[in-house]
Amino acid sequence: MQLDSLYQEVILDHYKHPQHKGLNPTFDAQVSHVNASCGDEITLNIKLENDVIESLTWDGQGCSISQASVSMMTDLLIGKTLHQASVIVKSFSELMASKGTSTGDALILEDAIAFSGVSKFPGRIKCSLLGWMAFKDVSIQAQSQ
Amino acid sequence: MSFSAAAIRKDFPIFGRTVRDGKRLVYLDSGATSQKPLSAIEAESDFYKFHNAAAHRGVYQLAEEATDAYEGGRAIVADFLMAPGGADEIIFTKNATESLNLLAYAMGNAPAGNRFALKTGDRIVVSEMEHHANLIPWQQLAVRTGAELAWFGVTQDGRLDLSAIDQIISAQTKVVALTHQSNVLGTINPLAHIVARAHEVGAVVILDACQSVPHMAIDIGALDVDFLVFSGHKTLGPTGIGVLWGRLKLLDELPPFLFGGSMIESVTMTYATWAPVPQKFEAGVPNMAQAVGLGAALNYLTKLGMENVFAHELSLTGYLLEKMMSIPNIRLIGPTDMNSRGGTVSFTVNDIHPHDLGQFLDSQGIAVRTGHHCAWPLAQRMNVPASTRASLYLYNDEYDCDALVNGIMEAQKYFGAL
Repeated sequence: MQLDSLYQEVILDHYKHPQHKGLNPTFDAQVSHVNASCGDEITLNIKLENDVIESLTWDGQGCSISQASVSMMTDLLIGKTLHQASVIVKSFSELMASKGTSTGDALILEDAIAFSGVSKFPGRIKCSLLGWMAFKDVSIQAQSQ
Repeated sequence: MSFSAAAIRKDFPIFGRTVRDGKRLVYLDSGATSQKPLSAIEAESDFYKFHNAAAHRGVYQLAEEATDAYEGGRAIVADFLMAPGGADEIIFTKNATESLNLLAYAMGNAPAGNRFALKTGDRIVVSEMEHHANLIPWQQLAVRTGAELAWFGVTQDGRLDLSAIDQIISAQTKVVALTHQSNVLGTINPLAHIVARAHEVGAVVILDACQSVPHMAIDIGALDVDFLVFSGHKTLGPTGIGVLWGRLKLLDELPPFLFGGSMIESVTMTYATWAPVPQKFEAGVPNMAQAVGLGAALNYLTKLGMENVFAHELSLTGYLLEKMMSIPNIRLIGPTDMNSRGGTVSFTVNDIHPHDLGQFLDSQGIAVRTGHHCAWPLAQRMNVPASTRASLYLYNDEYDCDALVNGIMEAQKYFGAL
């Protein structure tokens, strides 16, 4: 069933048990992004130690794809340098643009390759990218502090 | 002739296809846009094949035929709405959103002394259940003119709260813009009382009839509103064609919105005067084939009888509501009884996000709308960030309703009742 390629177990796990949810009161920058077509919302904040992501926390509401995606993203990016993070973000964005032709680079994306199925559902790509776009925004803002 | 959704479906080519690996198309999103009967599709393409020329602009045969076809569409709309002043009261736009913006911008263009001119101290009244298309044009007109925006609230069961009607429609009120039937709740609003109060204070009533004209017989004279808008594409017709109806006397007083060709009477380098209504509001070459297609769509509905269409939808909605209320952990957003409601049913299921529910239903061949349905303030009021909406039309039947109910219960299993 094609639906199972979208709702992989690891995605539903992150949706039911979100990681790093709950905003850290100390941060260098914080942003709120919405998906205007569906009302999904994510607030994301970041704290840097030199150029290492020390803390990346979020709060929000939305569909399983948007919420699981930001949860998995925070798992992946915490402890990485901003440069390493940008490589991961680029890899994830390319996976989402692949229209189902790519399975993703597991060495870079780890569990997030589970989202490869999402790229076959054009209506859901924006959901999976919501948190990642917020990260791009918040990381730029934190660096310009 | 008895009403048969199965027979009607045969008139709609799209129901000849399947979706998601051979599944029957269960189309429950007519509130967003309706499917089209072959007669409307062919009327539109026949215009291009046989009669295409710029209406109102040529002396040759094709131009005459194009003009007749376009004006024929206008006459059909006037009859369909029982417009008291006939076809001159029908203005074609690109959609209902443009019709509402036309009104708001035209009012914004009104010079001091014109009855539509708004200023600080004047009031525009809307409701909390408006589609963005009947909220934002008025909200922004208020910002531009200094007028005040006021609104009717919505009760927990999805009805307009009219308890303060005399205060909300104050003596300063110039415009009352209201939906006839909510695109989220399905609620059909009680117009008589509101229209009477608006007229008592000298306000004009603008009716967003996008969700009523496609579904029920409309007698504009009986509704006693001053302007009415609807969309062609929700009424079995093509996209790119919408309607603004207004009382002739008011349309005469209303300044134009879009300027250009064919809306003028005379032009010099420094001065212009306007053509009579409706041309005053139709600048540029219009969407002719779409007006013709809409005419064919309305003829299709008239042949079936709007009373029959409405009765079918009411009976089906009652059937669907009863079945849905038996699903555990479902919350209906809007009236749960059939008193003054149409065939739009919005709901949430457990904590399953509507996008996820919609995606699951899609895997079963069921097309529903998910999100805030372009009525974000209403979603906030009802305390649901998003919902799932099923909207019924003449081609739906009990099979479609059963498929939805089964699909919801299957989704509960799939997502482990999150």
